[in-house]
Amino acid sequence: MTASKKSKKDDQEIKQSNYISEGSEWSFALIEKYDEEIARIAKNFNLDTYPNQIEIISAEQMLDAYSSVGMPLGYHHWSFGKQFLQSEKGYKRGQMGLAYEIVINSNPCIAYLMEENTMMMQALVIAHAAYGHNSFFKGNYLFKTWTDADAIIDYLLFAKNYIAECEQRYGIEEVESFLDSCHAIMNYGVDRYKRPAPISPEEEQKRQQEREEHLQQQVNELWRTIPVSHDQDDHGPKSRFPEEPQENILYFFEKNAPLLAPWQREVLRIVRKIAQYFYPQRQTQVMNEGWASFWHYTIMNQLYEEKLVDEGFMIEFLKSHAGVIYQPPFDSKWYSGINPYTLGISMFQDIRRICEEPTDEDKEWFPEIAGSEWLETLDFAMRNFKDESFILQYLSPKVIRDLKLFAIKDDDKLEEYEVTGIHDEIGYRYVREQLSKQYNLSMKEPDIQIWDVNLRGDRSLILRHTPNNRVPLGDSTDEVLKHIHRLWGFDVHLYSVDNGITVEEYHCPPQPPADLII
Amino acid sequence: MGISHIIDRRLNGKNKSAVNRERFLRRYRGHIKKAVTEAVGKRSITDIERGENISIPGKDLDEPTFRPGQGGMRETVNPGNRDFSSGDMLPKPQGEEGGGGVGDGQAGDSGEGLDEFVFQISQEEFLDFMFEDLELPNLIKKQLKDTSSYKYLRAGFANKGNPSKINVVRSLQKAYGRRIALTGKSRDKIKKLEIEILNFKPSNPEEDALLKELNEQLEKLKKRIKKIPWIDEFDLKFNQHIKQPVPSTSAVMFCLMDVSGSMTQLHKDIAKRFYILLYLFLKRNYKKIDVVFIRHHTSAKEVDEQEFFYSRETGGTIVSSALKLMDEVIKQRYPASDWNIYAAQASDGDNWNDDSPVCSKLLRENILPSVQYFSYIEITQLDHQMLWHEYEKVSAEFEECFAMQNIKTEADIYPVFRELFQRKPA
Repeated sequence: MTASKKSKKDDQEIKQSNYISEGSEWSFALIEKYDEEIARIAKNFNLDTYPNQIEIISAEQMLDAYSSVGMPLGYHHWSFGKQFLQSEKGYKRGQMGLAYEIVINSNPCIAYLMEENTMMMQALVIAHAAYGHNSFFKGNYLFKTWTDADAIIDYLLFAKNYIAECEQRYGIEEVESFLDSCHAIMNYGVDRYKRPAPISPEEEQKRQQEREEHLQQQVNELWRTIPVSHDQDDHGPKSRFPEEPQENILYFFEKNAPLLAPWQREVLRIVRKIAQYFYPQRQTQVMNEGWASFWHYTIMNQLYEEKLVDEGFMIEFLKSHAGVIYQPPFDSKWYSGINPYTLGISMFQDIRRICEEPTDEDKEWFPEIAGSEWLETLDFAMRNFKDESFILQYLSPKVIRDLKLFAIKDDDKLEEYEVTGIHDEIGYRYVREQLSKQYNLSMKEPDIQIWDVNLRGDRSLILRHTPNNRVPLGDSTDEVLKHIHRLWGFDVHLYSVDNGITVEEYHCPPQPPADLII
Repeated sequence: MGISHIIDRRLNGKNKSAVNRERFLRRYRGHIKKAVTEAVGKRSITDIERGENISIPGKDLDEPTFRPGQGGMRETVNPGNRDFSSGDMLPKPQGEEGGGGVGDGQAGDSGEGLDEFVFQISQEEFLDFMFEDLELPNLIKKQLKDTSSYKYLRAGFANKGNPSKINVVRSLQKAYGRRIALTGKSRDKIKKLEIEILNFKPSNPEEDALLKELNEQLEKLKKRIKKIPWIDEFDLKFNQHIKQPVPSTSAVMFCLMDVSGSMTQLHKDIAKRFYILLYLFLKRNYKKIDVVFIRHHTSAKEVDEQEFFYSRETGGTIVSSALKLMDEVIKQRYPASDWNIYAAQASDGDNWNDDSPVCSKLLRENILPSVQYFSYIEITQLDHQMLWHEYEKVSAEFEECFAMQNIKTEADIYPVFRELFQRKPA
């Protein structure tokens, strides 16, 4: 009798201590256990991920990782040192907490956990990064199109070694200032419409040598075939070079800049490749963070439902979660734009809600997804959009109301700001459109393209800026032009042309205004 | 789903950014040097050895990119609407740069970087910048050429060597071991025989004879053992040493100062800063540094630091008294073969006229031949006197190890220090 009673009591105790961990200390065994459970839950939710490589690092190492802008292997450059000093200062003064995690879009997917984190934080980061971001990297069309998760680590290693070699051969200063120039137009290194086929790193290395030999010939060829007859001036239809305006300035220079040495073309290419690797991240911040946050929230709640974690764990989690997705209102002193975590998770949770408990409003706005299977709908949304189109497609009146979004217009021709839309019946569509536009990259990056090269004459390069809503170019434009001049080797002219009218022009070397003939 | 790979990277190197950080410092060394020079001027004397905040105007380290400027029309969406309705017109804040104000979260991006960029350099880096390009004259030469000082380092044991280096313990151990090895069998036999003899109770003559034989055997064995040498030549172990040249790592710094009535506290403060710079500089080059303070008016005295800088005396000035004392101290305590000797003399240039030639003679004949470097700073805004002119002659003769400079105000200290210890082209 007593024996059976005792064993019953043991059963109860076992049930009570079903928790994976108690207390905030983590250990490798516990991380493994959590990872196992989280992987199981993620699989049940159909998350498709690259294998994970979870690395535990110290705070100092996290600072290091920061300054190399998320590249696990960066080449050396002073600007990374500046970034390091900046984050180090912020960290030491306690102005800034370190990010809990950094995750690298690679296969295997590398996620860094900081040793200072509590057990709860480690589990949160695993759910967020190793399953949330990871599945986004693997599934989203932009990442699939623009990045090679399999090859990136090897490529970065190749780049680092190559640049180090250049430094040895040509001097640190020479290489560093050349990199400065490449960095200045790094955001103009993507060809948005064409995409080169991925190649393996070994092949990359082999091709690099071939390129070096042939590229220079090619460039020489280009300049040689130009008729040298100076007197035969532009009569008849003038053929432009390039025939079509080029938005990928780095690529254009790599192939056509007349004076670059082979190693400089290779360095240009490296910067361009790395820019391309980061290109999808710049366009999917809301989606990527929203997706990862949605899943860490869902997975943590699942752990709790399965009684694998206790109340203390959940309270700590909810507190941290609330901090991450806090959106200060526009008039708060903490306001610095829309928090992508907040907007992203709000939208993904809202899509789930529309699938599971659609209201009449949802049925009217989203007839094709209201009442559908939420996992499939969410998966589709994650795979096929970027921030701009995602918002245009899925931002619902409910989210606009919840966040109390409003649009405001600042026109330098008017004395006042105008509120152009709020969270009401007439405003929903307008606010949604405006918010979507806000995530168009051209809002942050002026539209500048290579327009023409004066092949017959002084070899000068002509760039054209097409202003968006009359917004002019910023202060550092002349400085950027100096860098472009260094890359191109001959005069550089930049014209802002708005509706056929040249509104502003920049020249390097600077020209007296009288000389201008447009 | 593959199982995650969990890796502990904490013991991998940190400081991955060290190279980038150093690149940054190199790029902005002009800014940093300027800040360091200013800091040296401002800091209190005891406070020279710590890091410094370096501030660089943000615009100087901006990385230019194409970005939107001010102006034009922009429309943004913002959260947290309270009481706005569509069509509301709101006044723009006056006098604010550009399109700031309500709902301009984006424009903040481009405004960033105009502020000062402030960062810390460590004490080590501070001093490096402070002493950059400086080198103690002859320092390297001395280290290279001065092979006269050697250090003997133990390097295990050898089988051959000088009798004075016999390692007794090792040798006896070896001998003992050999003896045990060589006598093992005999000793076993002896033990057996002894037991046999002990138990042997002879009852008839034949047995008596047997006992005698056993005893003889025993004696024979004992003799054999005795024949084995107690110590043999090949037992001997010698301590082995290797001779290694050591650069002399000790330096002594002589601070000579005139404390006669004409030297005010201001003069002394200036001199003190100069000594501190010298001390810090030596500290970076030598492991051990002795400092000898010699103050003088009409007579010289070796004193402690406190007294050196702060006690007051009055009277005339006889500089040679200090030089004489210095020479004596060198001979007694700091032989030039063991010590790198540096001296810094500060004075306002006042000296009893007849004494100045004595000074230059002492320098030429006794002091300069044994010192690494002797620097003389004259703290005065007045015309130079006899002593300066005498020293100028010395300087011409001993370019290598004698230098003199005039300091007028505190701001001159650092430049003069640099001048004195300027890296000389080899």
